[in-house]
Amino acid sequence: MKIIVAIKQVPERDAPVRIDPAGTWIEESSLQFALNESDAYALEEALQLKEKHGGEVAVVSAGPERVGSTIREALAKGADRAVHILCDDLHSRDALGVARLLAAAIKPEQPDLVLSGLQSEDLGLGQTGVIVAELLGLPHATLILNVEKTETGVKVKRELEEGWFQSVELPLPAALSIQSGGNKLRYATLMGIKRAKTKEVRILTAAELGADSAPVVRMERIALPTKQKSTQMLDGSPKEAAAALLEKLKFEARVL
Amino acid sequence: MSGVLVILEDRGGRISRLSWEAAAAARILGAQRGVTAAVVGAQTEALAAEACGQGFARVVRVEHALLAPYTADGFALALEQLIRAESPDYVVFPHSYQVRDYAPALACRFGQVLISDVVAIGEGPVFTRQLMQGRFNASYRHTASGPCFVSVQAGAFRAEPADLPAAAPESFAPALDAAQIRTRPGEPFRSSAQTVDLAAAQRIVSIGRGIREAANIPLVEELARALDAELAASRPICDSGWLPIERQVGSSGHTVSPRLYVAVGISGAIQHLVGMKGSQCIVAINKDPDAPIFEVADYGIAGDLFEVVPALIAAVKAGKA
Repeated sequence: MKIIVAIKQVPERDAPVRIDPAGTWIEESSLQFALNESDAYALEEALQLKEKHGGEVAVVSAGPERVGSTIREALAKGADRAVHILCDDLHSRDALGVARLLAAAIKPEQPDLVLSGLQSEDLGLGQTGVIVAELLGLPHATLILNVEKTETGVKVKRELEEGWFQSVELPLPAALSIQSGGNKLRYATLMGIKRAKTKEVRILTAAELGADSAPVVRMERIALPTKQKSTQMLDGSPKEAAAALLEKLKFEARVL
Repeated sequence: MSGVLVILEDRGGRISRLSWEAAAAARILGAQRGVTAAVVGAQTEALAAEACGQGFARVVRVEHALLAPYTADGFALALEQLIRAESPDYVVFPHSYQVRDYAPALACRFGQVLISDVVAIGEGPVFTRQLMQGRFNASYRHTASGPCFVSVQAGAFRAEPADLPAAAPESFAPALDAAQIRTRPGEPFRSSAQTVDLAAAQRIVSIGRGIREAANIPLVEELARALDAELAASRPICDSGWLPIERQVGSSGHTVSPRLYVAVGISGAIQHLVGMKGSQCIVAINKDPDAPIFEVADYGIAGDLFEVVPALIAAVKAGKA
């Protein structure tokens, strides 16, 4: 099976993210970046499918030069090769603009399966994978925890709300958005890290892909959320704060 | 029609609660021109009857045998035809798992992008949605011509029946062919027997990533026991297999509203908040004073949970003695 995994580099989970002076994006200069979590699960699913059924796993990622480190991480974990769509304006493109880039890069590859993480931890739009499927004319399913190959295609476990699941069967080629938690993630081995250095990373530019970047939806401003509730912060030593909290729960909120 | 179309979702034969919240958002956008509601399925009579008399200018039954069970292909095809026929300015959806599955593809067919998971609508209209796991709000504007697709987050808009006379439902029969439905969905199932009923719990102590490793869970378990509370968790804890998925609170797990909800080491990503913000009293313990969990908490302790939780256990036990 030939599998393409679309991955995204995002600010590290606990990174101290600040809004830039213009209020239109975040300060990137001091940030550490990492592989988006659900994309890591998508990559894991792809690697496991390859281990069972053979074939090839390629990753594709759009973004500026720094994205190269996340691509290397994916290669170190076991992806065979990568396509880096070099573009500096990723966050000013809307989901359709990003999906057009990805779809243009994926299309000539003619993969059997296109996997992506369910949503990014920074923008959280949760739709790029579905739009890529639509642009490529592929059947798709979202919130997928497990993929099994069948004689005619794949059978996937899809998460529904409130603890329910369902199986969905799709013919190949198909596109799947992967939910986190379906597999145990692997770490890159030393050998993997070494090998990654020799693997192919093809660089494409947005211009080469000819993808239109005019957004239909524009993000105008970023701001801190306004508090909806007045939170009483309890200060002091842990012991003092704990005592104050119990007092409040008993006599103010009356929930104990 | 140039107005607002809201898609109401079927949840076990009734219109889902989130759909009524989407209808409230639709009314903000369509105050002058009125809101048309659509119900979609193989049998929509009961849903349409439920929608009638709820203040919609019109109720449209989008009905076809191939629309049950739900498939992304079926829903996208049927609603594409409805939207082309109606040409609304706005199409509003509840931000459910089902909508996330088909609405981005549907919007794409119109060269549009779904403005997803909206928490507020202001003058303009300007749509607010959250970024960075709830740490920031971002405002979005639709800058193209053509229909604007919007989905609304659970709990963000107050569902209120409007006061308009009921009109008889209309029917819309989409042209669908079985060959166009490429996926074959199976029956919904639960993964395992349920041993805990979080929805019925009066007190819940819930843990998140701040717990760092599975070996630390017994500490919070002890707090839960001392408070006579059920133990719950945010998604990453269940993803790691540290607690079973039946203890997961949030959009992918349970929605709970206990009298007391103690969030320990939970940052408060939006997916978690939608599952617990209806709790009567929320306590948050987190080392990061800027964590979004404090936005919804009644009481907060910004501190190291490994110091605060033992102190809290000691205080609870002392109070009981």
